[in-house]
Amino acid sequence: MPEAVAPETGTHTISLTIDGAERSIIVDPWTTLLDLLRGPLGKTGTKKGCDHGQCGACTVLIDGKRINSCLTLAVMKDGAEITTIEGLATGDDLHPMQQAFVEHDAFQCGYCTPGQICSAVGLVNEGHAHERHEIRELMSGNICRCGAYTNIVDAVQSVLDQTAKAPTP
Amino acid sequence: MAPSVSHIGQPRNRVDGRLKVTGAARYAAEYQANELLHGYVVVSTIAAGRIVAIDTREARAMPGVVQIFTHLDRQGVSWWDRDWQDDTAPPGHPFRPLHSDRILYDGQPIALVIAESFEAARNAADVVHVLYEVAPHQTDIHAAEADQYEPPKKREGVPPPPEPRGDLDQALAEAAFRVDAEYEQPSEHHNPMELFASTVIYEENDKLTIYDKTQGSQNAQQFVSAVFDLDDVKVVNAYVGGAFGSGLRPRYQLFLAVMAALKLKRSVRLELSRREMFYLSYRPITLQKLSIGADSNGKLLALKHHAVQATSLFEDYQEAVVNWSGLAYQCDNAAFSYTLSQVNTDTPGDMRAPGAATGVFALETAMDELSYAAGIDPLELRLRNYAERDQNMDKEFTSKALRECYAEGAEHFGWSKRQPTPRSMHDGKELVGYGMASGFWDAQVNKAEAKVRLLADGSVEVLTAASDIGTGTYTILAQIAAEAFEIPIDRVKVSIGASDLPTSPVEGGSWMAASVGSAVHLAAEAIKTKLIHRANRHHEAFLPIASADLCVEAGMVKKTDGTGPTISVAELMQAAQWDAVEETGKAGPDMLQMQKYISYTHSAVFVEVRVDEQLGVARVKRIVSAIAAGKILNPKTARSQILGGVVMGVGMAMHEEGLFDHGTGRIMNHNLAEYHVPANADIEDIEVIFVDEHDDKVNPIGVKGLGEIGIVGVAAAIGNAIYHATGKRLRTLPFTIDKIIS
Ligand code: FES
Ligand code: FES
Repeated sequence: MPEAVAPETGTHTISLTIDGAERSIIVDPWTTLLDLLRGPLGKTGTKKGCDHGQCGACTVLIDGKRINSCLTLAVMKDGAEITTIEGLATGDDLHPMQQAFVEHDAFQCGYCTPGQICSAVGLVNEGHAHERHEIRELMSGNICRCGAYTNIVDAVQSVLDQTAKAPTP
Repeated sequence: MAPSVSHIGQPRNRVDGRLKVTGAARYAAEYQANELLHGYVVVSTIAAGRIVAIDTREARAMPGVVQIFTHLDRQGVSWWDRDWQDDTAPPGHPFRPLHSDRILYDGQPIALVIAESFEAARNAADVVHVLYEVAPHQTDIHAAEADQYEPPKKREGVPPPPEPRGDLDQALAEAAFRVDAEYEQPSEHHNPMELFASTVIYEENDKLTIYDKTQGSQNAQQFVSAVFDLDDVKVVNAYVGGAFGSGLRPRYQLFLAVMAALKLKRSVRLELSRREMFYLSYRPITLQKLSIGADSNGKLLALKHHAVQATSLFEDYQEAVVNWSGLAYQCDNAAFSYTLSQVNTDTPGDMRAPGAATGVFALETAMDELSYAAGIDPLELRLRNYAERDQNMDKEFTSKALRECYAEGAEHFGWSKRQPTPRSMHDGKELVGYGMASGFWDAQVNKAEAKVRLLADGSVEVLTAASDIGTGTYTILAQIAAEAFEIPIDRVKVSIGASDLPTSPVEGGSWMAASVGSAVHLAAEAIKTKLIHRANRHHEAFLPIASADLCVEAGMVKKTDGTGPTISVAELMQAAQWDAVEETGKAGPDMLQMQKYISYTHSAVFVEVRVDEQLGVARVKRIVSAIAAGKILNPKTARSQILGGVVMGVGMAMHEEGLFDHGTGRIMNHNLAEYHVPANADIEDIEVIFVDEHDDKVNPIGVKGLGEIGIVGVAAAIGNAIYHATGKRLRTLPFTIDKIIS
């Protein structure tokens, strides 16, 4: 059963697992994953900062890999497993990356934060970053206009240190 | 006595942290409504002229399109400028979207498409066809400068240039060392990460609840009420995804979304695109001229500072640019002037440390130039000219720990390792440069009210219409209330970000913590007084005790000296049959104090740059920012405020520039790929130091505010470091590679 219906022009039915919940959705071919999440699905935890793949605010994890959801058409992801910022915590327990962001004050306005955190989780999964300069480089797809960068690097570093042996899923 | 729980001055995590890291904090475009309509804006593609025809037939025929608004069918709004002038408007005629066929700048909104979905609105906006009659435009300040004028009407809250003092010409003629130089700054664009958006929830009889991206819910509320003549409007800005000044004035998406909602009697969301945000307000393009004369010891004899800034064709936006030069250092002969030049853009607006970021860039670069001319260490030069008094206003400072900033900053940075000669420090292929600058910003208190409610269970509520744009307002207000009642911070509920709460100023100018924080503090004190009076009048054991000898401590009313009777607040409230005790605190500027004193925040910024000798690539290796800003309520969030300012200062110095094509009058780089703001890789090491500064005059809580001071001086310190590294003096921002190698 379709749960959310975009305008009557919607012609494609896709199914997505979003934050653990499987959903069947009718979408227009031109609807981006970001607009689908923020609009019809009401998952506004994922942010829009540019709609052009230039800021990283819309970062989500697809099968554990970080992607810009604004550059992804929803129809391309039929069958995919998507984790957004809203699916990282387990009940009341924050994901270690979320907790690290709070502890290190790695945000101010919080608007870039969901994208930063998803991106950072993706970065840990990739396993390429070890030193601060690598974190800086590999987190540079996520702009923070509030300028929390040094704290973001501290937060990511602290999680890398904790999980050096066991990467987070 | 029970040890009191201390919150103020402690590094506390943000109380809204969990909401922000889980995606639960909701921003303006994230509220849902039944049958919500979506808007998309069509903007002009010429910079001056008029619309001859606007053809919406094809767009109207697109699926899902509900209505298209243009200047031909806008209606039902106030005629009077005063209704369009929000609290922060400069003198002039505020821009009225879709008002007429006239085009005043490229990117001006000329049509609004409303559709059943965002995609449908966007698709239709693409096929709105416009026929223009093009008129000449001007976006080049170098050409517009010829017509510069002194703004006839001064902008409220912005001091005009200081009066001249002494005999400038003679002092300049007598100077042993002189610097005469010109400085240039392009347009800088705020680019908060959240897009400007309004979600207007429409209910019967034109009752509106508006979720708006704004720095002041009440300012936006008054604007909508006045322009549309409505009496049931509430504006909510519970979370704001950054603003940096761009959200001080109501932005056109608010007007357009309300207009559509009223006309269609449905709820409407309008979120602007990143491109459109480049057309809204910006830090104005500025040209400055400075002349400084000093005696053989480097003591300033003369200072002359002129600035011309861009403004729009319809408003005289103004900043205090040159004023800082009159109060930064002791100098008895000085003259200042400030003018505007009109260009075809939207009206510029306040952007983090408006005026100071700009003026201090020129002043502190000129001071560096003077230090090399006179052969005096740049830090020593500033100490020799230290101002003990504000010569502009002829007032004493409530406090000024700038000397401590210099000392502690220099110490942490290792300034003593600097070799005086430019190009004398190397590390491998890289030239190493050390530079420094001072920073200045106002410490103001604005009128603010806050309601504090003590509940029977000992928890506390704080209510005020203040905003938290990332500044930490939620957290510091919770700390102040928790401190007052000696309760854990999670027992305080802070309600801010809605226009129906007690009056608060717009979040800007770094006055929020001082103003609203003082109001919360005063309200809490009033509650304690009420509890004391109650005990004093109604509880026998307290009758003989003078109320002045009583206090409320750790949930008990007792004698200050700890002897005698006690009663718990809970018991007292129960006996009085009070569910809650509620008081409103009001803070505002202390006029009497202000006759004699004036208050500023200060900073000393130290920078190390590395410049690749062959390629000219410069990077900012580390920055030490030493800040004097009175009492620091929360060192954790305070540090973040400064980090944010410093990072934006790096952007100002190294990257940010709105590139106009003067042929078309268009900003060419209106996106985040071509307008570069600092990314993570651009920021290496930043150290923030808060020096001790006790100030019992500035306001009841001794706080001076931190939102702006972090950026001031950063661009100059970086330029000065590049000079030290390379011997190349850069006076035009940003310091891009072409300027370094030219
Ligand atoms: S919104 Fe997707 S990268 Fe900016
Ligand atoms: S926290 Fe505001 S943009 Fe990153």
